[in-house]
Amino acid sequence: MAKRSFLIPGVDKRLLIKDSIKTMPDVTRRRFIAGGASLGALTLLTGCDVVDSSSAEEMLKSVSKFNDAVQAFIFNPDALAPTFPESAITKPFPFNAYYDLDDAPDVSAADWRLEVRGLVDNKKSWTLDELHKLPQVTQVTRHICVEGWSAIGSWTGTPLRDFLKLIGADTRAKYVWFQCADKEGYNSPLDMRSALHPQTQMTFKYAGEILPRAYGFPMKIRVPTKLGFKNPKYVVSMEVTNDYKGGYWEDQGYNSFSGS
Amino acid sequence: MASLTVTDEQVRATPAKVIQPAWVRVMHWVNALAMILMILSGWQIYNASPLFGFTFPREYTLGGWLGGGLLWHFAAMWLLMINGLAYLVTGFATGRFRKKLFPITPSGVLRDVRAALTFKLGHDDLTVYNYVQRLLYAGIIVVGVLIVLTGLGMWKPVQLHWLVTLFGDYPTARYIHFFCMAAICAFLVVHVVLALLVPKSLRAMIIGR
Repeated sequence: MAKRSFLIPGVDKRLLIKDSIKTMPDVTRRRFIAGGASLGALTLLTGCDVVDSSSAEEMLKSVSKFNDAVQAFIFNPDALAPTFPESAITKPFPFNAYYDLDDAPDVSAADWRLEVRGLVDNKKSWTLDELHKLPQVTQVTRHICVEGWSAIGSWTGTPLRDFLKLIGADTRAKYVWFQCADKEGYNSPLDMRSALHPQTQMTFKYAGEILPRAYGFPMKIRVPTKLGFKNPKYVVSMEVTNDYKGGYWEDQGYNSFSGS
Repeated sequence: MASLTVTDEQVRATPAKVIQPAWVRVMHWVNALAMILMILSGWQIYNASPLFGFTFPREYTLGGWLGGGLLWHFAAMWLLMINGLAYLVTGFATGRFRKKLFPITPSGVLRDVRAALTFKLGHDDLTVYNYVQRLLYAGIIVVGVLIVLTGLGMWKPVQLHWLVTLFGDYPTARYIHFFCMAAICAFLVVHVVLALLVPKSLRAMIIGR
């Protein structure tokens, strides 16, 4: 009878909203509270047979895990991301982060070391000069952001798979996990098959010039088979691991595989 | 209008004439749910990086933020694709498309559009679609196929790069995806208004008769 007061019989919608707010990322939480209850938030909760407030979210998370598996299944390690002529490069290539350029990490080349951890034979840290001496290749590929926009850029660096071989990484491990110098400690896991993809690159240059601060100095991982957020910038360490260690955006709900 | 061909199905059917068979009704409503979930979550995703100078009001988006919208979109896509594929297969296999949607002749469409605009288009026999209906229903199926293909292309622009190439490039596929959504929304408005104006058609889509 109480058709209008309860979206789900016996469940207080105000409590539902409260619970859902708790699971939202900070920025959204603030925006959401400011905007009041939205259809989106309510439907997020009532979108399926809700037993408790978080079951819709649990359902979405399991589908996302299923989608990870589907994507890993259809991932063809030999399928190359389309490449473009230099004339197709997007100018200016957008700076993109969850902070302003002024807040981007300002890494000192002299002090920076790439730390190597986990299932590798040689755990020595690498200076930038040492890395710059490795053979490099250039790719002109499309960077596709999770938001939907895309831009074509030119990246130069060492194929990650060559580096993994060089350091004696156990390539049967599941992930290479990157940590970055961004504030709030950006990190992101990369599944091993994508890490071994021929176009996955430790990038040191953009458009032929040393990677500028805006694009991730001193090192970015360019993965043209993944959405942009799985292309970490300002990388400070990589760990070869069998554990899923989560990632900055992955933990907030972006699909973890996010492969293209 | 008056020429009703008797099909095997109708011969076999009980005296009470079934206008919409059960499979059509089930798939119709599953599709309606899937479409609404896809549209509302799609608007959420659109808002993260608008193609045009407007965004959709937050109240009409699903998921709370981009990440939530994407989770909904990539969950509901299974519902849309599996149901849509089953609908296409059944529609062709049972001959429903052939019997209900064809032929579509320009003269027939012109005649029925004129009749519709002067409110002279009859709806006495719901088992036969007029030419405007045929055109719109066949058209929206094509749009549905297009929106799924552009969507798949954007989801897997490397694995399915040939699909993206088919539509031009990635940004173009995104625009086509958007315009298909707009076409579906326009169809939805007309479709719902007409269903409400001819309530027995709505009843037929619910209980079959």
